[in-house]
Amino acid sequence: MSAASASGNVIRRYLPVYFVLIGIFLVELFLSFRIANTATLVVILLLLAVCSATLGLLYFMHLNEERGGLFLTLIPVTIFVLLMMNMWWSDSVRLLHMRPMGQ
Amino acid sequence: MEESPYAIPSRKFTMWLFIISDAVTFGAFLFAYGYIRVATPNWTRPFESGSVINVVIMTIVLITSSLTMLGAGDSAKAGDKAKAMRFLYSTMSLGAIFAILHIREWFDLFGHGITIGSGLFGQTFFTITGLHLLHVISGVIALLVVSMKYSGGKLTPSHVETTGLYWHFVDLVWMFVVPLVYLTNIAH
Repeated sequence: MSAASASGNVIRRYLPVYFVLIGIFLVELFLSFRIANTATLVVILLLLAVCSATLGLLYFMHLNEERGGLFLTLIPVTIFVLLMMNMWWSDSVRLLHMRPMGQ
Repeated sequence: MEESPYAIPSRKFTMWLFIISDAVTFGAFLFAYGYIRVATPNWTRPFESGSVINVVIMTIVLITSSLTMLGAGDSAKAGDKAKAMRFLYSTMSLGAIFAILHIREWFDLFGHGITIGSGLFGQTFFTITGLHLLHVISGVIALLVVSMKYSGGKLTPSHVETTGLYWHFVDLVWMFVVPLVYLTNIAH
């Protein structure tokens, strides 16, 4: 296979991922006009963004082609840190409605 | 020589570590924004149809730039330097277009009296999008330097691939910024 055809193939190979990412974005756009409740909208948009990011990580950043150890070293730890951060922030919001020091 | 534990070059692994730390930084900003956004009644919703069209174009431009970056990395790996350079220039141009559209959006908001000092919306919006824009501009500069040195034979296809990782990460962050910062603030 020539060098030119190899680089041409990569575009064609990742074109479905490209269109799926644009499709997810258009779905997000559609939902943002349809859903009035902000909390519901944020949760749905966040889930769709996670789907887009997963596709980007696996196919654009080639994580699916790397050794499994790299994935296991990086991704679970990152998700754990982000989830812990989520706990931390929600705790600080909850604190606004509490009465610290028994006051 | 001892084999790399992840079977990838050290520079690529270092880039992955940088990306992870940067992802956590953006995560902190976006979580903070998410909680403030949901907990605040009467939040400013400044984005009208013109801004929405601008965001659609910006998103398509950035996702397309990821595709051209993939082309650059693969062409470089295949030894087709001329094609890799064309893809790199395309990626840089798309990045520059994205930055211009972004700044245009900012000036539009300034025109409506929304600045970083005008309440919670302005503070969160300009902080998050400003941090992302900084990453895009840094990415364009990094691509320019790498492409010039790669063209001159000072850098290898591996450097192009590693820079590509960063560029895809910038695209990936945008996938969270758009829905949370723009799409939840469309004027109804």
